[in-house]
Amino acid sequence: MTISRPTRIVLRCLTILILGVIYVPLALVVVNSFNVNKTFAWPPKDFTLEWWKRAAESQGALDALWVSVRVGLAATVIALVLGTMIAFALQRFRFYGREAVSLLVILPIALPGIVTGIALNNAFRTIFGWELGFVTIVIAHATFCIVTVFNNVIARLRRMGSQLEQASADLGASGLTTFRLVTFPLLRSSLLAGALLAFALSFDEIIVTTFTAGAQEQTLPIWIFNNLFRPNQAPIVNVVAAVLITVSVIPVWLAQKLSGDAESMGAGR
Amino acid sequence: MAYLGALAALFVTALWSQNSFTGLIEREWSLDSFRTLFTVDVYRTIAFRTVGVAALVTVVDAVVAFPIALYMSKVARPGLRRFLLVAVLMPLWASYLVKAYAWRGMFSEGGLVSSVLGVVGLDSPGYGLIATIVTLAYLWLPYMILPIYAGLERLPNSLLEASSDLGGRSGTTIRRVVLPMVFPAVVAGSIFTFSLSLGDYIAVRIVGGTNQLLGNVVYDNVGAANNLPFAAAVATVPVVVMLVYLAAVRRTGAMESI
Repeated sequence: MTISRPTRIVLRCLTILILGVIYVPLALVVVNSFNVNKTFAWPPKDFTLEWWKRAAESQGALDALWVSVRVGLAATVIALVLGTMIAFALQRFRFYGREAVSLLVILPIALPGIVTGIALNNAFRTIFGWELGFVTIVIAHATFCIVTVFNNVIARLRRMGSQLEQASADLGASGLTTFRLVTFPLLRSSLLAGALLAFALSFDEIIVTTFTAGAQEQTLPIWIFNNLFRPNQAPIVNVVAAVLITVSVIPVWLAQKLSGDAESMGAGR
Repeated sequence: MAYLGALAALFVTALWSQNSFTGLIEREWSLDSFRTLFTVDVYRTIAFRTVGVAALVTVVDAVVAFPIALYMSKVARPGLRRFLLVAVLMPLWASYLVKAYAWRGMFSEGGLVSSVLGVVGLDSPGYGLIATIVTLAYLWLPYMILPIYAGLERLPNSLLEASSDLGGRSGTTIRRVVLPMVFPAVVAGSIFTFSLSLGDYIAVRIVGGTNQLLGNVVYDNVGAANNLPFAAAVATVPVVVMLVYLAAVRRTGAMESI
């Protein structure tokens, strides 16, 4: 430690200040969801549970939540299957265009969301001539969810090597038995971590969703966005936002426990 | 594969045109969309404004991320370090929309920003470009902290000791040893903050007041105006800017530290 004491104190103060700035706006939303007043006026005069009760009865919010959950589950399942397959292909085999494939997997999250969104919108509507709806949202979400599964699985495959699988084959197990009894159990926690992150990613996505959702289907972020500018809905939006802040932490925390390193948390977009 | 196809199709669409009479898309080759983009003043202003906002967001993030990353990697003890890492990453996964919404509350009339600034006798900037920059910088901050932290982790402590043995004070060491060494990491982080800001339109709608960025133009042309060719042409701007930026930073060796 060669950083001098005064510098360290300055750094500590800056860190506390920055963490404060990171958490104050989020805390404010949570506090505001109990605010009697309908606006953001600070400081709140009194607190109430009224908005939470009303939010629980809000049909629009509940419907949107249900759509979000179904989209998230479907996209996660697709991402699990495809992401795992791509990870196996890239890790176990050397083939022409291997680098290109790995770039392609990352591209949907490296480019601005609006480019991904409009590209998919264009493909669905003008190229395939499809109606936008539930299916197109799921496909769009699966496109960028593959990355999180892929990242988690390929990291695990790299660490695990192939000795155990070879040993299993030497002992006479067929490919399927080896996968069922050796490979899959070793991959299980990384698959779960990837799935949790994929679900969280899909649940939160709005930019790509606005371009790929039809008029009928509303995911929760879209519902929030549509109701954001309606003064009457403000308290309910506050409650939904407060719930999301609390809930979004859970899958990330679980995923971090499962994969055992903080790196994978930042791996997805 | 389907994704690459969609991307290619997008650029092809940019070269089609919209029939100004029927509003339908005609599959005829034309550079009209790009001509509009380059000749109409409004779009030029918006393009420059977008790049400017993205650049400012990146600078703000780098300035804010550096001290916290330095504290985490070189000052904090391991236990505290793990805690800080989680504390910084948690908001990364909190909902994007909720975070932008939180800042709408901060900047609202009578909100926290105006109460705090009121104490020192200043007015809140309200919704506008400043609010947009603050909100975007807030949204992408973790993407800057993480690479800088990783870069500082790789920086051996012995270098800092050598610098102080040679008589360098903390300030000098940071300026002449630490900063040059983590520069590639800062560039790596800037790729995310810059790219994400270029494409954003939601935060702008929420806190940006009447200002528009390229993302809004794209969105409006896909939705209300249904002018997909023009939207596609506008969408190529951030892609081209990003490609130029990526080509420029390849020389710094930042690509390896992503």
